[in-house]
Amino acid sequence: MRDDDDIHAKTRGSGQIVFVAGGLAMTLLLLSQITGQTIWDDQAKNFAAQPRFWPLVALLAMVLGFALHLWRMRHRAFRPEDWGEARRWIEPAEYVVWFMGYVFLVPLIGFLPMSLVFATGLTWRLGYRNRRMLWTAALFAFATVVFFKALLGVKIPGSALYEMLPEPFRSSFILYF
Amino acid sequence: MELIASAVDVLARWDVALALLVGSIGGVVIGSIPGVGPAVAIAILLPATFSMDPIVGLTVLLGIYGSSMYGGAIPAILINTPGTAVNALTTYDGFPMTLRGEGRRALSLAYSASFFGGIFSVVCLILLSPVLARVAPMFGSREIFLAALLGIILVIVAHRGQMLVAAALTGFGILLHTVGLEPVKYTRRYTFEQSWLAGGFDLIVVVLGLFAISQAFYLLTLDDEKIRISKTRGSLFQGFRELGRHPRVAAVSASFGVVMGMIPGVGEFTAQFMSYTSARKLSKTPDAFGHGSSEGLIASETANNAVPGAAMIPLLALGIPGEALTAMMLSVFYVHNVVPGPGLFQNQMDFVVALYLALLVLNVLVVAFLLVSTKWLVYLTKIPNRFLGMCILLLSFVGVYSIRNSPVDCAIAAVFGLIGFILKRLNLPIVPIVLGMVLGGIMEVKLRASMNRVKEPLDFIDRPIAFLIFCAILIVLGSTLWRARTQWRPLDRRTVGKKGAAAFARRLATRHARIVSERSKTQRRTRLP
Repeated sequence: MRDDDDIHAKTRGSGQIVFVAGGLAMTLLLLSQITGQTIWDDQAKNFAAQPRFWPLVALLAMVLGFALHLWRMRHRAFRPEDWGEARRWIEPAEYVVWFMGYVFLVPLIGFLPMSLVFATGLTWRLGYRNRRMLWTAALFAFATVVFFKALLGVKIPGSALYEMLPEPFRSSFILYF
Repeated sequence: MELIASAVDVLARWDVALALLVGSIGGVVIGSIPGVGPAVAIAILLPATFSMDPIVGLTVLLGIYGSSMYGGAIPAILINTPGTAVNALTTYDGFPMTLRGEGRRALSLAYSASFFGGIFSVVCLILLSPVLARVAPMFGSREIFLAALLGIILVIVAHRGQMLVAAALTGFGILLHTVGLEPVKYTRRYTFEQSWLAGGFDLIVVVLGLFAISQAFYLLTLDDEKIRISKTRGSLFQGFRELGRHPRVAAVSASFGVVMGMIPGVGEFTAQFMSYTSARKLSKTPDAFGHGSSEGLIASETANNAVPGAAMIPLLALGIPGEALTAMMLSVFYVHNVVPGPGLFQNQMDFVVALYLALLVLNVLVVAFLLVSTKWLVYLTKIPNRFLGMCILLLSFVGVYSIRNSPVDCAIAAVFGLIGFILKRLNLPIVPIVLGMVLGGIMEVKLRASMNRVKEPLDFIDRPIAFLIFCAILIVLGSTLWRARTQWRPLDRRTVGKKGAAAFARRLATRHARIVSERSKTQRRTRLP
């Protein structure tokens, strides 16, 4: 084992050019907007009091970092494997939809029912279709709701659906589930 | 003595005891599941701790931070997969021991070494406290600014091989901090006339996205692995006796852990590699390293566990987090109006000592728990990757949504989740973004405050501590530039095909030269009478 090999992080080669070039382009775009998006205060006592100073420092660090990294890269041309890797970056888009669906439906349906639906539904979608895994997912969702909302009292409001429950259940569902 | 009594008073509450128990057991459990790690757990639990007392909330988070590495050793040793990223070196010597049927011995050694490292760092922290209490008030705005700047530089320099991109990502973190209303003139910066950007990016939302949601996406897109757990023999207590036979390795490694933990931006990785390298140099059997050496295992685990205690030093004394986990803890302090820094040591020393004692008790609790639960914890490694991803995504929702019940926060967290996913796919660092965000905020405030009292540029470093930190910055920058200059190699950008063709041409040329010289020799011989 060579120490140098271990200390140096191994960056994935494919796709790196897409990330670095994209980052550099985005940074240059932001830098071009600096006069419109920040102000230069003529009455400021010194450079540190200028509202524009820190965004400028940050953007310059980004431009230098990305540009020098790009310049030192072994492969600076776009190859098919770079685009292949970039395509893998949009794979989680489906899970973003699941997540945002969960976010928008909790205030309507409720934390407990939506968590049960989300956990079992996503488990089913991921291919774990036996009864054991589905029950485990449901149990996990139930335990999460009880632990965070009933025990730790985290702030997740009751839903519109809970308002339709009969009185004895309504307040306890709003408070604990 | 009075101070310790009042610190015990702070801790002697049922909720603190429960927090210690939950934090230590939770940390071990989280650490022993590959793919979760303390950063994910702390990010998810952060908003929940905001409603707790500062000491309770911090005890839970400290518990997870300090104990996850103990748990991370289990999969590292038994299935060759580190439970947390910092247990990677443990696999080098731990897994070969398991293959030899000495898994329990390896686990026992890892627990005892971790325990020694943890206790050693807390003892150092306690011994250093009087010094810190005396030195911390000497840190004014300019010293804290310079220390934060040193921290940022060290974060970048510590990412060897990725320094340039780490600098860019640190800049990205600083930029994220500047978005929104600027605190003095209340002018907008990079809000693009969007009202949801006026408040800026919430650190917790960004952290949850970068660490928790990105990890969920990463696991959800992986394939499940078939995990085979080998049978192990032996006692879990034998490691404590064996550790006594290597006091020098343990002491040196723990010292590396403490020193590296104290320096902002350096952390566990550098500590363990330095301790591993030095242990190998000191060892009588250096060849055994990487093939199941007990000294190698002791070196990596001791150094790992000495870091959390030491990492609290810059956080508590100066309010400067050294790495991502302490940066997250900083937000707990701010939420409760407890401002870490020089004032904390002067006004709330009992709180600081209570935290040290909590760390001490935590280490004992963790080892006791591990000694009885190892055989069950092993089975946690069998949880399928994608199912684990679903669990983390559900928990991330609780973390983000409970902050302000805002779908916008959730959408921002999801976007940062995607950014974190890309960084993980490319094996690029995430920590510089978080530290850039936190340290960028500190630097902006402190530079503005200190520039009001500075007339000449040299006035900035006219105080001894400011001058020392400035020298340290120059040394770090100078040595990095020197190393870059001496190790400079022009890049070979030829394609594999062209490289192969050139190598073939070289071989042909050599062969041609050899044939020609042999032929000329033969001709000379034939010409000679």
